[in-house]
Amino acid sequence: MHELPQQLANGLALGALYGLIAIGYTMVYGIVQLINFAHGEIFMIGGFGALSAYAILPTGTSLLIAIPVMIVGGAATSVAVACAAERFAYRPLRSAPRLAPLITAIGLSIALQQLVWQFYPDAKKAVSFPEFKGAAFKITDSLAIQRADLFVLILAPLCMLALGIFVQKSRSGRAMQATAQDPDTAKLMGINTDRIIVMAFAIGAAFAAVAAVAYGLDKGQINFEMGFILGLKAFTAAVLGGIGNIYGAMVGGVVLGLAEALSIAYIEDIPGMSQLGGGAWSNVWAFVLLIVVLLVRPQGLLGERVADRA
Amino acid sequence: MRHRSLLVLTTVITTGALTLTACGSRDGGDSKDNGGGKKTTVVIGVDAPLTGSLSALGQGIKNSVDLAAKTANKNNEVPGIEFKVEALDDQAVPASGQANATKLVGNKDVLGVVGPLNSGVAQQMQGVFASANLAQVSPANTNPALSQGDNWGKGEFKRGFKTYFRTAATDVVQGKFAAQYLFKDAGKKKVFIVDDKQTYGAGLAAIFAEEFKKLGGEVVGTDHVTVKETDFSSTADKVKSSGADSVYFGGQYPEGGLLADQIKKTGANVPLMGGDGIQDPAFISASGEANEGDLATSIGYPVEKLDTAKKFIEDYKAEGYKDPYAAYGGYSYDAGWAVIQAVKAAVAANNGKLPTDARAKVVEALGKVSFEGVTGKVAFDEYGDTTNKQLTVYKVEGGKWVDVKSDTFNQ
Repeated sequence: MHELPQQLANGLALGALYGLIAIGYTMVYGIVQLINFAHGEIFMIGGFGALSAYAILPTGTSLLIAIPVMIVGGAATSVAVACAAERFAYRPLRSAPRLAPLITAIGLSIALQQLVWQFYPDAKKAVSFPEFKGAAFKITDSLAIQRADLFVLILAPLCMLALGIFVQKSRSGRAMQATAQDPDTAKLMGINTDRIIVMAFAIGAAFAAVAAVAYGLDKGQINFEMGFILGLKAFTAAVLGGIGNIYGAMVGGVVLGLAEALSIAYIEDIPGMSQLGGGAWSNVWAFVLLIVVLLVRPQGLLGERVADRA
Repeated sequence: MRHRSLLVLTTVITTGALTLTACGSRDGGDSKDNGGGKKTTVVIGVDAPLTGSLSALGQGIKNSVDLAAKTANKNNEVPGIEFKVEALDDQAVPASGQANATKLVGNKDVLGVVGPLNSGVAQQMQGVFASANLAQVSPANTNPALSQGDNWGKGEFKRGFKTYFRTAATDVVQGKFAAQYLFKDAGKKKVFIVDDKQTYGAGLAAIFAEEFKKLGGEVVGTDHVTVKETDFSSTADKVKSSGADSVYFGGQYPEGGLLADQIKKTGANVPLMGGDGIQDPAFISASGEANEGDLATSIGYPVEKLDTAKKFIEDYKAEGYKDPYAAYGGYSYDAGWAVIQAVKAAVAANNGKLPTDARAKVVEALGKVSFEGVTGKVAFDEYGDTTNKQLTVYKVEGGKWVDVKSDTFNQ
């Protein structure tokens, strides 16, 4: 038996990362029913934006100053790209059949990936990202939490809390809820739905940029391809939690992260399952979990908030 | 109209391509007419990834073969023969490699091909060359099955294609060499083995494991990673709790670098060792400073340290190639030179003229080639594998790969 607390901590940190990215899928889907498959690339671009912001800083800047600058730089880049994508790739297709924007999203995802590959210096391989120096925080003998994991574990709930307050209390947040429920009526009530949709894209992109900084600090590198798999996992998390539900995104992320970490550590210890465990099978178990949840509870763990529409 | 413009476009592109290739072979061809009389042209084909993410390696292969051909022309190595190089791009895609092989077979001036880089590409090319009796010498393939047949792991060695040769040593040699170094020189007894489930990685890890156990070491755990995944922290924690004093990784540097880094972050201060797939600067640069002490084996001696390579390095510089000769340059030069020597033998046996069945004769002669090359002695055994079983262990020191032990492998 490997140490359980350590594996839970790994799973939580991974899950918080998935959750942060999943917000972008879930908000956009909640409002325009579009699965924005380019969101993984928005995340990736946030990472490269953060790295560029870091490169501008004088060498030797402490990470305490650098991290906020990186988050701002990353968020600015990914929000700009997401808004441009909304304006030029999705808005013209808003009244088109739903398949059209989906295909555009996939095309956009490939285009963004290739643009970074082509034009960002040295991005043809993984590029190094500033890393937290120093050892992990030792909590007990068998539990140590990496500084980068701590960063995402603190930041993810804070971001969620802020988003929750924004959606519940602010005028724009209420307008967002109204648009999600019924865009046409919302428009009749004087809500600028275009502005609301852009806002949903922008918030999702900003969260993705935070996730990208957390990811870079943890792995010490970012990669032009990293958006694909992480985006897919985050999308899975959003579906798992109930797509359209912002708390569901976080819950889905955490469940998925825990499922992966625990399956790597323990499935091979179950008698007769030794061939089906380890890192190679973690994706299989994560998706088996998804299928099971969808069979038993098709609306996702927390339910789909937009389901009462239609 | 549409058809005509298409025709014009195709013509322009073809002409452009022809001009470019012609430029490539005209450089340094000053001595072309000095030999007196008309020379016969022999083309050495090259197949390598010339574009895409592996293009640095591919360009190094192409340029090194080009250098070999130019050197042969300058020295009048084979009287009456003018060597030319035709390089095709496979983008590391097996299907492209196969198409290129067909194309090279179709050009009857091609008497030997150097390449490809990837074992997976070679698999698709072997059959095409064998059916045309055209010799192929790879400077970089390490998968044992290419020369010794699919059942090499069970001890049944069967040479599938008599036209296939290589100047790179196989993973069998590399895996065993790594196990011997880790057990004997580094004194590690408990290893945790991780691989990426790919042909190269899984094969290498299996060979390593067998040899390590034979030597008396213990394999305390195994796990696999998925290519392009980046979170290996759960696997890293398994390594830590297994009490291993070292890790062996079968795979490439993107996953290897991250895994090494994440293992160190758990607080388990154990070195990770791998094959030539991780012996790349990107292994170190892309994953922080935590890789100090990690190990990798690679084929051959470090080229910069070999006396035989000094001239090669100088000549390469003098030609002013845009890309460096990279990891396989020395082997590519030797592969090209082996083809040249085989042509020389075939010509010499036929009263100074190319024989009519030149391809078959070249294949025959290649099996008997023996000379001092850039990377040491070049000769092939009964499977077409190099007899040169020199290997080097590299270690990460101060953010760089430093060679710590070079030796000739003995069974």
